[in-house]
Amino acid sequence: MKQFTYTITDPVGIHARPAGLLVKAIKALESTVTIAKADGKSAAGTKLMALMGLGIKQGETVTVTVEGANEEADAATLEQFFKDNL
Amino acid sequence: MILIQGKGVSKGVVKGPVYFFQRGAVTISTAQAADIEAEKRRLEEAKEKSMEQLAALAEKAREEVGEESAMLFETHAMFVEDEDFVDCMNAALDEEHCTAERAVEIAGERFAAMLAAMDDAYMQARAADIKDVSRRILNNLMGVVDGGIDSEEPVILAADDLAPSETLQLDKSKILGFITQGGSGNSHTAILARTMGIPAICGLGEFLKTELNGRMAYIDGETGQVAIEPDDITLSVFQSKYEKQQEMKLLMETMKGQEDVTLDGRNMMVYCNIGSPEDVAAVLSNDGQGIGLFRSEFLYLASSDYPTEEEQFKAYRDVAAAMDGKRVVIRTLDIGADKQVDYFQLQKEENPALGVRAIRICLNRPEVFRTQLRALYRASAYGKVAIMFPMITSVWEVRECKRACQKVMAELDAEGVLYRKDTEIGIMIETPASVFVAEELAREVDFFSVGTNDLTQYTLACDRQANDLGKFFDPHHPAVLRALKVATDAAHKAGIWIGICGELGADLSLLETFLAIGIDELSVSPSSVLPLRAEIRKSIAKTCTLEKLEC
Repeated sequence: MKQFTYTITDPVGIHARPAGLLVKAIKALESTVTIAKADGKSAAGTKLMALMGLGIKQGETVTVTVEGANEEADAATLEQFFKDNL
Repeated sequence: MILIQGKGVSKGVVKGPVYFFQRGAVTISTAQAADIEAEKRRLEEAKEKSMEQLAALAEKAREEVGEESAMLFETHAMFVEDEDFVDCMNAALDEEHCTAERAVEIAGERFAAMLAAMDDAYMQARAADIKDVSRRILNNLMGVVDGGIDSEEPVILAADDLAPSETLQLDKSKILGFITQGGSGNSHTAILARTMGIPAICGLGEFLKTELNGRMAYIDGETGQVAIEPDDITLSVFQSKYEKQQEMKLLMETMKGQEDVTLDGRNMMVYCNIGSPEDVAAVLSNDGQGIGLFRSEFLYLASSDYPTEEEQFKAYRDVAAAMDGKRVVIRTLDIGADKQVDYFQLQKEENPALGVRAIRICLNRPEVFRTQLRALYRASAYGKVAIMFPMITSVWEVRECKRACQKVMAELDAEGVLYRKDTEIGIMIETPASVFVAEELAREVDFFSVGTNDLTQYTLACDRQANDLGKFFDPHHPAVLRALKVATDAAHKAGIWIGICGELGADLSLLETFLAIGIDELSVSPSSVLPLRAEIRKSIAKTCTLEKLEC
């Protein structure tokens, strides 16, 4: 299991479009990805509605958990995605 | 004549017949389905068809409206495919043995309700997207084609509310404007209308009746007024505004993207006055170089109790971020006098214009002041915020304000909260006292901004609220203009900039005088930016004279 945290800088937070892109990116990976907020609420990375339902806003820190055979590389890919898009 | 008041969400005046948008009627049966596997296949086909349509719509949007609108439909396509959404539909089929239609309805309602319940205006508005997507799948399931516009001439389109895809699929050459019963300034219809430059009014409620179908109407997307078969007087008001608007449009075309510079190369910063974060769109569409006055009162006037730091922070941050590095001057609380707020429980004053108002309230109530300053400094991390204090008369007041700022900065440092240490601090020049001690004041701050309405009132001893002062209330009075000159000289001596954020700034007949005085910035309503720019670009600063100062 691999974990990293990221603080959202996008002014609207994880809104519809970036959430959609994030789901797409996660689906392309082999690992199972979970995204959790500081308050403990979490969602599977492949579920768009659930992710939007977390209502993650700018300035909030999320914990991303990556599990699977290729978790090391997948976590790195995903971390870069967050930096570039969120 | 019938006059209906709504909320203007996209500017412009048009006239034309009202036309009610027709949708194919949809009735969904809650009866049990005979063959669940068959229902699943139907659903699968409808989803596929929806994906194809959305891809085509995204292409169309990319060509006609722009990237942002195209992304909207790509996001809709993601909704159609979403695991949660699909799981929810399949679960309904398996557990309730319902039809594919009912399954789509259940899933759509569930997720629209989830988004509508979120404490975030942006996410709430996304509920409309879910409804739009569900409707698309339903239409594909049932073979319904939503009604277009069955009219030869262009119309003012009326509807309860329009889904984004409905808005985009319409034949634009047939639409003069939108009027809807529901909706908000945040809705896609409003956003698309603004992008397409079509006037739109929402929130007309039940007054917008289907009986009005086919009747001639004038609509004004700025004031939110709809006039059905207007009388002569109303007609002439709308007509003159319509003509003005056509002129403005021509100006817009030529002036957008141009610099605010005179023929001999003097730069003027042309900024905008705004009263709430929603006004930023107008600033951007009119190409304002910044915001010279963001009145923070809306936060206090609109609520029934003191606005929290968080509420204030969000409003300031949104504006700072939207302006993307351009200067945003935010004026601290300026209530009292003509602006009263109950929960402040201000004492009744014989002469409120000379009473405890604006900065005086803040200095008397450090907690109220501190909350606002914290919100302002926190927002400074998201753009170029400048803080401005109103109603200054003395140097000690400015020093006290600065001490309050330093205290807040120290707090934020201790908490590890990001902010910009170099956030500019400025004051309003609106009292004769501030003009007399302008040199000392200029040494304390980073900029001046002249509030000409109050400066005129206090200089000429004329109550600005009184209606019968007429010729005595003269903002062109040489005393007011000389006061401007004194303040400008003091500012420049200290190496700081000075602007005007009162109504006088947009007075084109004074532009030459302002140039001669050496004013650096004019902050005007967004709609005045381009006419002012046109005038600046025709001026020659060198030849401007101080003759209006009569000295």
